[in-house]
Amino acid sequence: MSYFLDPCIPLGNIDGAWERIQKSLPYISLGNKNKLQIVVVGGGLAGASAAATLAEQGFPVKLITYNDSPRRAHSVAAQGGINAAKKIREDDCDGVNELFVDTVRGGDFRAREASCRRLAEISSSIIDQCVNQGVPFARDYDGLLSTRRFGGALVSRTFYARGQTGQQLLYGAYQSLMRQVGSRRVELLPRRDVIEFINLNGVIRGVVTRNLLNGQLEVFQAHAVILATGGYSNVYFLSTNSIKSNASAVWRAHKQGAFFANPSLTQIHPTCIPVGGEYQSKLTLMSESLRNDGRIWLPRRSHDIRDPSEISESERDYFLERLYPSYGNLVPRDVASRRAKELCDQGFGVGNDGRSVYLDLRDAIQKKGAQEIKAKYGNLIEMYERIVGEDPMTMPMRIYPAPHYTMGGLWVDYNLMSTLPGLFVLGEANCTVHGANRLGANALLQCLADGYFIGPCSIHSWLEGHTFSISSHEMDQACQDALENTKKRIDDLINVQGEIPVDIFHRALGEIMINRCGITRNESGLLAGLEEIKLLKQKFHHQVRIPIEINCPNPELEKALRVADFLELAQLMLSDALSRKESCGAHFREEYQTPEGETMRDDENYAHIAAWEYVPGSEPIKHLENLSFSLLKPNKRSYQ
Amino acid sequence: MKKISLVFRIWRQKSQLSKGQFVEYTLKDLSTNLSLLEALDKLNEELILNGDRPINFDHDCREGICGSCGFLVNGQPHGPKDATTICQLYLRNFKDHTTLTLEPLQTKTFPVIQDLVVDRSSLDRLIMSGGFCSDDVGKAPDANFFKVNQTDAFSSFQTATCIGCGACIASCRNASASLFVAAKLAHLGQLPQGQLLRSKRASQMKHQMLSEGFGSCSNNLDCEAACPKEISANWISWMNREDD
Ligand SMILES: Cc1cc2nc3c(=O)[nH]c(=O)nc-3n(C[C@H](O)[C@H](O)[C@H](O)COP(=O)(O)OP(=O)(O)OC[C@H]3O[C@@H](n4cnc5c(N)ncnc54)[C@H](O)[C@@H]3O)c2cc1C
Ligand code: SF4
Ligand code: FES
Repeated sequence: MSYFLDPCIPLGNIDGAWERIQKSLPYISLGNKNKLQIVVVGGGLAGASAAATLAEQGFPVKLITYNDSPRRAHSVAAQGGINAAKKIREDDCDGVNELFVDTVRGGDFRAREASCRRLAEISSSIIDQCVNQGVPFARDYDGLLSTRRFGGALVSRTFYARGQTGQQLLYGAYQSLMRQVGSRRVELLPRRDVIEFINLNGVIRGVVTRNLLNGQLEVFQAHAVILATGGYSNVYFLSTNSIKSNASAVWRAHKQGAFFANPSLTQIHPTCIPVGGEYQSKLTLMSESLRNDGRIWLPRRSHDIRDPSEISESERDYFLERLYPSYGNLVPRDVASRRAKELCDQGFGVGNDGRSVYLDLRDAIQKKGAQEIKAKYGNLIEMYERIVGEDPMTMPMRIYPAPHYTMGGLWVDYNLMSTLPGLFVLGEANCTVHGANRLGANALLQCLADGYFIGPCSIHSWLEGHTFSISSHEMDQACQDALENTKKRIDDLINVQGEIPVDIFHRALGEIMINRCGITRNESGLLAGLEEIKLLKQKFHHQVRIPIEINCPNPELEKALRVADFLELAQLMLSDALSRKESCGAHFREEYQTPEGETMRDDENYAHIAAWEYVPGSEPIKHLENLSFSLLKPNKRSYQ
Repeated sequence: MKKISLVFRIWRQKSQLSKGQFVEYTLKDLSTNLSLLEALDKLNEELILNGDRPINFDHDCREGICGSCGFLVNGQPHGPKDATTICQLYLRNFKDHTTLTLEPLQTKTFPVIQDLVVDRSSLDRLIMSGGFCSDDVGKAPDANFFKVNQTDAFSSFQTATCIGCGACIASCRNASASLFVAAKLAHLGQLPQGQLLRSKRASQMKHQMLSEGFGSCSNNLDCEAACPKEISANWISWMNREDD
């Protein structure tokens, strides 16, 4: 049975709704703020910015991260840039409306309109905030901020710091955070894994962590918990995410009652360094910004094993430019990924196993000069050369799509609160504006909007009603229960003492997920995937081997806890993909496509966010948040 | 695909309190397309299968940007290749049958946690002491209020790329944190928005360096050679003029 969810969108015109909400927020006195404890899990862009901002407002904050320092959170790896509707010059034609429209369209009308609107409205203040913190964005000749163009957009609105935008934005947030740590308003708790939640009568009141240095389980109580734990595309084993990125915190919250929204909507990024061989541990992204100057092509002849330099112009197929004349190489990521996969499936692919396409800087180098290209993409060029051992200035790069960004996540309302009262979810871990195929360079924007502006405001309404002390006999019991559950889970895993290391299971899981729930999906594949995962999960719980010592660092145990959660999440992803009988953005069900091979959306039956409720020992229940669009009429996505 | 065999001589230490020692492992038939860390993954898989404790080393992004990884390879932080973090070091850089000695970035300010993992939280405390601009959220003026010429923006950016890996400190015989601190001071000090606190920031961070027990700089430039982000040691002289 399905129920309908209320996203708590403000009444009236959504244009400017956020401003109205801010004006009506309750006032909490400093005295009361001091008594309220907030726990933030995650020190990435969303978590660090939220913790710093809440501490500035006067709340005592604890920040928990498994990294040894928040500066190492996965956000540091974002390369390309951050979108903002910020007018730099008088004649700029971009504005809030344009970014809003591109975001909703990029989301293929599967994102919440009011949240997309708010994102576009806040975007400009984010750039102001970051510049003020010392983020060294690229500048034009006249000293003003410089922008570049990203996929899915017709205007240049992406702000950047070479290929290291995420790093620079994160350092801005991290430095603000460390300033608060220094003034003792934030307590920093690094090298700790959140593995359970304290649930007091359906309200989240804290977390249980495992201290990664000594294995101790610790309890942190709170009046509100903010999860900013990032994405889960490591369910595919090989992905562009940092190795330790995981789904455990969101999955544990889900098992406590937080609904999981659109879990199968994974963005596959078209420009990654392809798989090189066995034991490869991750895939490296080559920023989409390269598509500004790089041209994507394949030989016109299939199984053509000649060196690219021997393939003449007339023998090359610049397939994106051919198929999509106005967007060309800058079509959205799902479209670029699908076209690359299809051609490789048909035997036109290049590289060792025919699973790559060329991304060629040759023409840009000829036109603009090697120096300009190196200045623009320097670190990406070096990175490719180090990994592959070839110089992209003289040889085209070989790239292939890879799992990158997860658009699903815990369902949150307009205030970013999950279906578990007291638990807020920010950044990539939630599912607000992503829809089916978010716009490139919007993820960083969303993390910072959530962390600097939205979360720290909207949490006030919750806290206002919870200024009382949370210590009680009942609370002690809830903590004890959570601790015992956690201890049992760890003991069960350690006691298996089988003969197979965790990574082998993780790799097998990744293989199933990419084949069954990757760039394209179909019913029979998804059903087969469900069976495969069921077997793999059984095998894992009977045969995994983890070193026994638990009172010291034990990275294998860390991995095993994560893989156990990934295995369960994978089942939900497959079920979600099965139940969405349409193609929208990155979710491409082969049964639902136009004669031209483009996605075929079904607005009549699937204009909703699917939010799944966990039911112990039984199938999950699907709830719907119906999506309606007042400022923009759903229309066909066309990038011709 | 080219294959090689390597001997790994690795520092094993169960915890801060226990004594450590080198243990040798031989890995055969390694594809030269593997990274050094992927070779360690493979070794760990074998150790687990044999019932041994796997080797602990810090890593996360494996893209050369998070600053987690880092240990000494034959005495050099991040290994022999210039401007390269350890996660970006590929086996094609080594000859067949070489012995590689791997040991932690050990200095008194980076105590060993286990095997190749050390505690670098002293770097966070350095940033905490003043490595920031101090306006609260929501108080920022329009970003274009500050105009920054391209040269200054790029120069600031180059110093801002420090990933806090600590290689400069581990390579310095005095365990000086000067390059790390100079990079942060130069990042913020070259931008208009960093001017307000400029000299206070410098004096506080320098003071913190002393209280953490980092040594002083004696200009031997090992830090510059070890830095995977090629941050120039000239910034140390720049820093030395800062809070005067
Ligand atoms: C290679 C790459 C390039 C990208 N480039 C761009 C780009 O150019 N533009 C763009 O807009 N987006 C980009 N993205 C996407 C963007 O970087 C991410 O969506 C964003 O950084 C996520 O930030 P976050 O704060 O939500 O999470 P993260 O930065 O992933 O932070 C998660 C935090 O949670 C902590 N954590 C997680 N689980 C636990 C737990 N159980 N216990 C304790 N702590 C936990 C971690 O320690 C970490 O501190 C890119 C992504 C990748 C992978
Ligand atoms: S200055 Fe260089 S070597 Fe030192 S911490 Fe920064 S990046 Fe690492
Ligand atoms: S693992 Fe991130 S820099 Fe090496």
